[in-house]
Amino acid sequence: MSISDRVIAIIAEQAVLEPSDVTPESTLEDLGIDSLGLVESIFAIEEEFDISIPFNANEPSASDFDISNVAAIITGIQKLVSEKV
Amino acid sequence: MKRVVITGAGTINSLGHSVPDTLEAMREGRCGISALEFRDVERLAIQIGGQVRGFEAEGRFNRQQMTLYDRFTQFTLTAAKEAIEQSGIEFHGDIAARSGVVLGTAGGGVSTWDDNYRSVYEDGKNRVHPFVVPKLMNNAAASHVSMEHNLKGPSFTVSTACASSNHAMALAFQMVRSGAAPAMLTGGSESMLCFGGVKAWEGLRVMSKDACRPFSANRNGMVQGEGAGVFVFEEYEHARTRGADILCEVVGFAMSSDASDIVMPSKQGAARAMSGALADAGLSADSVGYINAHGTGTAANDKTECAAVAGVFGPHADELMISSTKSMHGHLIGGTGAVELLACIMALRDGVIAPTIGYEEPDPECALDVVPNEAREAKVDVALSNAFAFGGLNAVIALKRI
Repeated sequence: MSISDRVIAIIAEQAVLEPSDVTPESTLEDLGIDSLGLVESIFAIEEEFDISIPFNANEPSASDFDISNVAAIITGIQKLVSEKV
Repeated sequence: MKRVVITGAGTINSLGHSVPDTLEAMREGRCGISALEFRDVERLAIQIGGQVRGFEAEGRFNRQQMTLYDRFTQFTLTAAKEAIEQSGIEFHGDIAARSGVVLGTAGGGVSTWDDNYRSVYEDGKNRVHPFVVPKLMNNAAASHVSMEHNLKGPSFTVSTACASSNHAMALAFQMVRSGAAPAMLTGGSESMLCFGGVKAWEGLRVMSKDACRPFSANRNGMVQGEGAGVFVFEEYEHARTRGADILCEVVGFAMSSDASDIVMPSKQGAARAMSGALADAGLSADSVGYINAHGTGTAANDKTECAAVAGVFGPHADELMISSTKSMHGHLIGGTGAVELLACIMALRDGVIAPTIGYEEPDPECALDVVPNEAREAKVDVALSNAFAFGGLNAVIALKRI
């Protein structure tokens, strides 16, 4: 599975949807993922890829990690994975 | 119904090892938050906290006591001793039989759990010290206070996360007010600043890596603290008859449950607790001069709390002062309401309002007088102390100058 498919599978599971229902344009809000669901998704992604995502729930837009939609999250993960030695 | 007064106060926290030292630090707007020091701290993403420094438990307690006292119990006993000495109350005979101890803690002996899990899981040992259970249990501190000071009445521990101390003090207040107990030792304690204790909080992604800045637009989370606050709540006539120095009167309380979300705060739940405390005390909203806020420094709490205050107090919300001393001592979780009650006592008794330090940028969603950065002199007749816990459990206490 590609990074993109793996991220979508995690987000779909959190949203209790089929992966096919999660599109790159979907926002977390569209998918019904609230702030707690977001923190859980980030944890699951960190575990899946063995990376650390800089995310503080108090200022979600302040970090470099863009969560505005699924495509942005995937791009961010790809970057973090590529930076991993 | 009996009147209830506070005749003794004791504390240890990152600002000081006594009430006078803590109040002096609050007056000066000093910050007790700094780099954490304990084993494996380098494996944490969050490395700051309000840690108690220079506390030599070994000199205070003997070897046998040390095997039974977790750090949260050590803090509690230290604070209880100060409170009882200041109060001058003596527990013997009938008074001892009817007076008890109600304390709050969220985690109890967290570092005892941590040390012993490490020992059996990481170090592979198959044996732990025989007193692990009596050392880590949440009621250990309350029990040791009762033993140390001969308190034989109703004694137990309340655990409601960040509202534990306020729930405990509200129950102690009820007992004295109803006549069930002539006096109660009450407050709370927490000591979670160890690897496991901070690691668990890290997971929630609500912690700040640099500072606790309640109400400031650039706030970015909470910072943990540790310590204890313990008070002597005493029936007014009993205190007066023995010529006790009365610090202030406890006049009301209310508890409420949001019944909505396990971590997100609720404006309605907070508002019901504040207005309930005023109603219980028989006070009008405009009599309140100071609120010690829950003010955790998270995005969610501070705006919700300010909205609740605006709702309860209406135009008077702009007249009163509200500050969060967590900016100085950090969030003591289950012990926090107890240490914060000291700021209310200082406001009522000394006319000094503890500041919200670290305040850098106004937030339109927190547009109240948060007493930014510097303490202020003001005459206050009534103060509220707010605590709003995870799980949606709220407890607010009302105090009055005497």
